[in-house]
Amino acid sequence: MAPDNFEKLRRFSADIRIWTIRTIAHAGYGHIGGAASIADVLAVLYGDVMRIDPKNPGWEERDWFVLSKGHCAPALYATLALKGYFPMEWLKTLNQGGTNLPSHADRRKVPGVDMTTGSLGQGISAAVGISWANRLQGRDSWSYCIVGDGECNEGQVWEACQAAGHAKLDHFILFVDWNKKQLDDRLERICDPLSFEDKFRSFGFHTQTVRGDRVQEIWEGIQQAKQTPGRPHCIILDTCKGLGVDFAERQDFNHYMSFDTEQGETAVAEIERRYQAGTYPGGDFQW
Amino acid sequence: MVKLSDTHEKEARELRAVYCDALIQAAEHDPRIVAIDCDVSSSLGTKNFAKRFPDRALNVGIMEANACSMAAGMSAAGLIPFFHTFSVFASRRICDQVFQSCAYAGLNVKIIGGDAGITATNNGGTHMPFEDLGIMRLIPGVTVMEPTDGTMLQSLVPQMAETYGVQYMRFPRRQVPKIYADGSEFTIGKSVVLRQGEDAAIIANGIMVYEALKAARLLAEENIQVRVVDMFTLKPLDQEQVIESAARTGAVVTAENHQLAGGLGCAVAQVLAEHRPTPMEMVGIRDEFGEVGSQDYLAHRFGLTAQDIAAAVRRTYERKQNI
Repeated sequence: MAPDNFEKLRRFSADIRIWTIRTIAHAGYGHIGGAASIADVLAVLYGDVMRIDPKNPGWEERDWFVLSKGHCAPALYATLALKGYFPMEWLKTLNQGGTNLPSHADRRKVPGVDMTTGSLGQGISAAVGISWANRLQGRDSWSYCIVGDGECNEGQVWEACQAAGHAKLDHFILFVDWNKKQLDDRLERICDPLSFEDKFRSFGFHTQTVRGDRVQEIWEGIQQAKQTPGRPHCIILDTCKGLGVDFAERQDFNHYMSFDTEQGETAVAEIERRYQAGTYPGGDFQW
Repeated sequence: MVKLSDTHEKEARELRAVYCDALIQAAEHDPRIVAIDCDVSSSLGTKNFAKRFPDRALNVGIMEANACSMAAGMSAAGLIPFFHTFSVFASRRICDQVFQSCAYAGLNVKIIGGDAGITATNNGGTHMPFEDLGIMRLIPGVTVMEPTDGTMLQSLVPQMAETYGVQYMRFPRRQVPKIYADGSEFTIGKSVVLRQGEDAAIIANGIMVYEALKAARLLAEENIQVRVVDMFTLKPLDQEQVIESAARTGAVVTAENHQLAGGLGCAVAQVLAEHRPTPMEMVGIRDEFGEVGSQDYLAHRFGLTAQDIAAAVRRTYERKQNI
């Protein structure tokens, strides 16, 4: 892909972060940490990689996406709205009574959401089912799924991986949002995951680790996956919880935060500053 | 149309064999039907489906939670999955997966639980589902049923395939007494009146329907004429039938191979309390775990015999007289 296209994906990821912040700020609270850390992979998927038609969300030949860490739905909603699946105005209704945009991803309410998620561990299984069903029906669709690193505490994640590995679902690409933190604390203090790479590889996955904040690395990882037949794929996104949202990224406890539109717009301005300075998304922040 | 069998001898075929044939037949007509198993397909009799449709039979191993959410994903992508395991796992173990991945997500998944209540016999308390129907009944929108014999089972399977939504069906794996004549057809949600009587009504499901008929014959010798209703769909409950049975008889006894809490007795009582308060008694499991033993031993141990039902009817009939 040409460099200016990567620049477009970077810009798309900035817009996803901006509208994720605004969506949550309008509600006043939400899962900003894990929503921020998936903005870049969503930009790559919806900005270039996935075969989709926002005007026809139920298109049978489309590629599928399951956000298994369903609490980070605001980032997906921002992405879908920016792609034109539904009006941008909906974003202001997050979590309000009667909204189409509930806190956790909901396939019945949100055009473009392929699977309802929230109770962790189930989305990856559904994504495996989707991939398997598409293969049975002779479609060449790809199925993508993001699991949280904390979500990998759930036994069901590993059941799903056994099934995907055994069935050699080579049109299934799993991303692990390795942002190092779960709700209560850092992963290794709650339940040390040891090596994600070793684990997924041993379950039969073609496994890579890329920088989760670099759209080009993510894009290239996906291309490499697509050129490797016979196995499901795992791309571990080395990232940071809250990344690109200045008031969140330096906070230890940033799973769920309350903030208002004023704080939100300050964070948006910082995103634009970094973008102009060429240091987006992390600025000088190191993790 | 429903026609009763002349005798109530045990059927020639095991229910698992009847089920598998019915599923194969449905799958011949509808290429979207797939079977998902969790390493108990030999016990539940779905191996023949795998022989007939090797690509459409997914035995994923001992991972019920994954299998259930996978089934939901397959439904989202256009298939009609029938998911099989023992009733205890198909309910207790995957309650949240049925809730979120299937029902809350609005998908089309059929869940089949093998071994109903005391028919789990030799597998004992760990494997004896006294709670499964109640767990499923609590989840909004889920259809819950228990076929009474092979004829009914054969009639229900194609309806499940043709009706969008999450449905839970459990049944004993082996032979049961034949209640209905071959070719009888049933409608999900519509109960069957097996016997008329004005003194009391027995509303039963599963293996308790046969016991209810036996109880009715015992009571007829005492000049108590009992209406017997086969309430094979627990949800949506045939409310009209419950109210009509109460109106006609003024005394209602329920009989189920399940905990009273959450089960048929609870469902019938809910309808009667709201619409037609009526003297009532319930035959079923009273807050106990299952245990190992023969079906006959367990029926006596947990009070699930025709004699238990008849005793409950006598008491309820007497209460009615004293009102």
